[in-house]
Amino acid sequence: MTAVEPQMPTTDERSPVDAVEVGTTATKVVAGRSRIPWRFLGGRAAFYIFTLWAALTINFFLPRMMKGDAVSQYLSRNRNVSPEAADALRSLLGLDTDKTLFQQYLDYWALLLRGDLGVSLLHGLRPVTEVVSQALPWTIGLVGFATIVSFAIGTIGGAVIGWRRGSRLEALIPITTFLSTIPYFWLGLLAIAVFSVNLGWFPIGKAYGVGMVPGWNLEFIGQVIVHGTLPAATIVIASLGGWMLGMRNMMLTVLDEDYITVAQAKGMPNQRVLWRYAARNAVLPQIQSFALSIGFIVGGTIVMEMVFSYPGVGKLLLDATNAKDYALMQGVFLVITLSVLVANILADIAYAFLDPRTRQTEA
Amino acid sequence: MSTLEVKSVTKVYNVRGAGQLKALDDVSFTLTSGRTIGLVGQSGSGKSTIAKILTQLETPTSGEVLLDGTPIPRRGRGLRTYRQQLRMVFQDPFASLNPYHSIRYHLERPLRLDAVVPKSETEAEVRRLLERVRLVPDAVIDRRPHELSGGQRQRVAIARALASRPKILVADEPVSMLDVSIRLGVLNLLADLQREEGLGVLYITHDLATARHFSDEIMVLNQGRIVEHGPADDVILRPQDPYTQELRAASPDPERFFADTRGGAR
Amino acid sequence: MTTTEKAGRRQASAPDTFLIRTSGTGTGGERQSFWAKLASAFAMFRNGKSIAGLAILAFFVLVAIFADVLAPFSPTAIDNSARLQPPSAAHWLGTTHIGEDVLSQVIHGTRGVIVVGFLAALIATVIAITVGVIAGYLSGWKSEALSALTNVFLVIPGLPLIIIVAAMFEDPPLVLIAAVLGLTGWAWGARVLRAQTMSLRNRDFVQAAKANGEPLRRIITVEMLPNLMALIAASFVGTVTAAILGLTTLSYIGVIPVTTYNWGTILNWASAQGAFGQNQWWWYLPPGLCIAAIGVALSLINFGIDEYVNPRLRSAGERARAMKKKGLNVNDAVTAVRTTDAAAAAAETKK
Repeated sequence: MTAVEPQMPTTDERSPVDAVEVGTTATKVVAGRSRIPWRFLGGRAAFYIFTLWAALTINFFLPRMMKGDAVSQYLSRNRNVSPEAADALRSLLGLDTDKTLFQQYLDYWALLLRGDLGVSLLHGLRPVTEVVSQALPWTIGLVGFATIVSFAIGTIGGAVIGWRRGSRLEALIPITTFLSTIPYFWLGLLAIAVFSVNLGWFPIGKAYGVGMVPGWNLEFIGQVIVHGTLPAATIVIASLGGWMLGMRNMMLTVLDEDYITVAQAKGMPNQRVLWRYAARNAVLPQIQSFALSIGFIVGGTIVMEMVFSYPGVGKLLLDATNAKDYALMQGVFLVITLSVLVANILADIAYAFLDPRTRQTEA
Repeated sequence: MSTLEVKSVTKVYNVRGAGQLKALDDVSFTLTSGRTIGLVGQSGSGKSTIAKILTQLETPTSGEVLLDGTPIPRRGRGLRTYRQQLRMVFQDPFASLNPYHSIRYHLERPLRLDAVVPKSETEAEVRRLLERVRLVPDAVIDRRPHELSGGQRQRVAIARALASRPKILVADEPVSMLDVSIRLGVLNLLADLQREEGLGVLYITHDLATARHFSDEIMVLNQGRIVEHGPADDVILRPQDPYTQELRAASPDPERFFADTRGGAR
Repeated sequence: MTTTEKAGRRQASAPDTFLIRTSGTGTGGERQSFWAKLASAFAMFRNGKSIAGLAILAFFVLVAIFADVLAPFSPTAIDNSARLQPPSAAHWLGTTHIGEDVLSQVIHGTRGVIVVGFLAALIATVIAITVGVIAGYLSGWKSEALSALTNVFLVIPGLPLIIIVAAMFEDPPLVLIAAVLGLTGWAWGARVLRAQTMSLRNRDFVQAAKANGEPLRRIITVEMLPNLMALIAASFVGTVTAAILGLTTLSYIGVIPVTTYNWGTILNWASAQGAFGQNQWWWYLPPGLCIAAIGVALSLINFGIDEYVNPRLRSAGERARAMKKKGLNVNDAVTAVRTTDAAAAAAETKK
């Protein structure tokens, strides 16, 4: 067969061992209990450490690429900065040109390891770490919740649509794809225009009502849910199409395989074939896509926060950009990159447990 | 007259996480023009590894391969000359031709690469090659591989191998993926070409019957080692090695079948 | 037995040189005409979905090229007497808060979107092909290193990086924006191409080309690239979509200065002037719908390529519907056997 494979990267690419080799050398049967695939995770851990280093180094060079006078203007604006903080800012932003670049690099790492990211001009000279850590939970909550919901609905929906080939459900694919080509922010603005301004069902923005004090009480949580519904719903609708399409395509490919026919011929009930045979194999590339798209999801969320004035790291980044608060910009970028890395690691762990081939290499 | 000598070739693969895999263990033989050696073995015995080593797609871990007394060069003009002298026919007719190129392109490339004929004669030479493999040139020359049948594709692969006028031909299971009814046709074509061109042919197969039909000598390969090597009829009718005896016993033989059912002595 | 006796045993070989008739190829002996070759190269675009998508895309490209001629007004023509008017005969899409014609703005905005979208995708695809195919063809540490590089670019979040980079420039030209978008968007295509090249590398025809002594650059460009064409096309189209979305998003945020015209900047003004809150739908709907329309067109093209590449997607639905008409469910593994009435009656009488 000389047809080119569909656009999904094959699962073989991800595992570090050639599946053919595994097939000829693994002769023992692995017990039902899942073993921890150390070698696979070790390889991935090495990659993530490298990526972390690369991200931090990019972070190091970012302010140094900017025009020098802008940065020193920035520092000259804050007269009230304490000497230690001023030193930290100089190291972070590359103003200590009396030191060699390598020495600056080492100072930068020292600061990072101490957890000192400088102070934020925009937020009354509070430490950047404090400002960011206040905003981070909002973003993670919103993005995490919406993405998981979207992934779940999209994957299950895609599996069902793929199973019921040729049915009227197929119409959902072009609809959801159309929705996912609409830019996030426009969809969000439309949602506000329709649901908040005209219908008044939801508040216009922010995470909770004005004047409320954050706390673990029912009223506050209720406000959070009400304010968060529209942004979350927008993210879900906009990203649904991608998951659904990918899952449906994988299902169609998997359903053509012979082992599905064998399962059906054995008399297995259709529901079981659909979920435990077909969907379980089709979902593996989806998890890979999920891990890879986390970076894109973060990008979309940034815009979403701006549209809804949601107090997350995205809005923080945009405010910092507009105010030219370089230390905050750098800090937010760092935190975002770290979060994406952590999410990728979690997805990799999930994938390692789900894909029997990676488990088997340890046999 | 050309002679290909394989001397004590060993090939070891390193498999990540599972140690080493010895594909070939101290293999030696000599192939001269005009003779056919059949290399018989099961899947995984190392047959294809020998083919890859001979065509320089792999290098032996130890041992050497000599063509006319000189070792195969690793690169440069010497390697080019060697490649022109030894050509391979692959097993899978569906995979050995590039689906995007026409048959004409497949045959033109080796002619151009090795400058076999002057440029003006390329088209004529392509047609001549197609006729030699008993294909009608006009019918196939502009087609793409997927428009031809398996047998036709394999003939094109043979023509491509012959384009550079080699002295040695390595045929790696050339008929295994063809319909049984056309296998004999392709094998007979190979026999005719071998006779007419005076080629030395290494015929790799898992099928004892065609090996006997086609080869002068037979080598039996078991897990990378040659366990038997002799004239074809001797190896088939009077096998010495137990592995060869098992192989022979495993292949269907109508006379034996009837002898058994009649209860007659073998 | 000598070879001569073996040859003597030859029987008449079964004819396997019969002609196969296919339509579309020229008569024997002629080379395919240039147009026929071109048509077959673009076979992946020949289904309904791709054609529809290409048509919509062509429409927008034409609008971009002929923007000056098509727009009834200059996009910056201020007319204080006609502010915030809903669509009318004079202004088909109404006016903005200072009387500019929305239709003209949208038409002129097409140019920026198309130019940046295609330029960024071109840059990204060239990088993706170079890195991906080379990484796929080589093996060992070189391939792993390129793969690690690709994965790093995949993991590092693109939009925040672009925001920060764009914030450093006062008035970035379109080319620079396209370059930044391209430099952050090549990784996905490179990853896919690397996987596909790795599987191609072990195919027999590549091994045969190597054994024939083909130089490396010819193996990559002439032997492998044509087989990767569909994948490259799909990746390019996807990157155009991503670049256009990125550009409009960045313009809306305001990171890209509002002196350049594109649909995102129009939305930026609309939003800043509170158009969403004041139901001035003629201002904020058209730009968004245009972005969506181009997105749909590009998705259609990609669907078409997908179906060409993976025929299962195309025929799966048709087969299921055809079976449904006969009353069979495609998911039943057992083929339902219909007995005719005569046979059933005969079976009855036999009892």
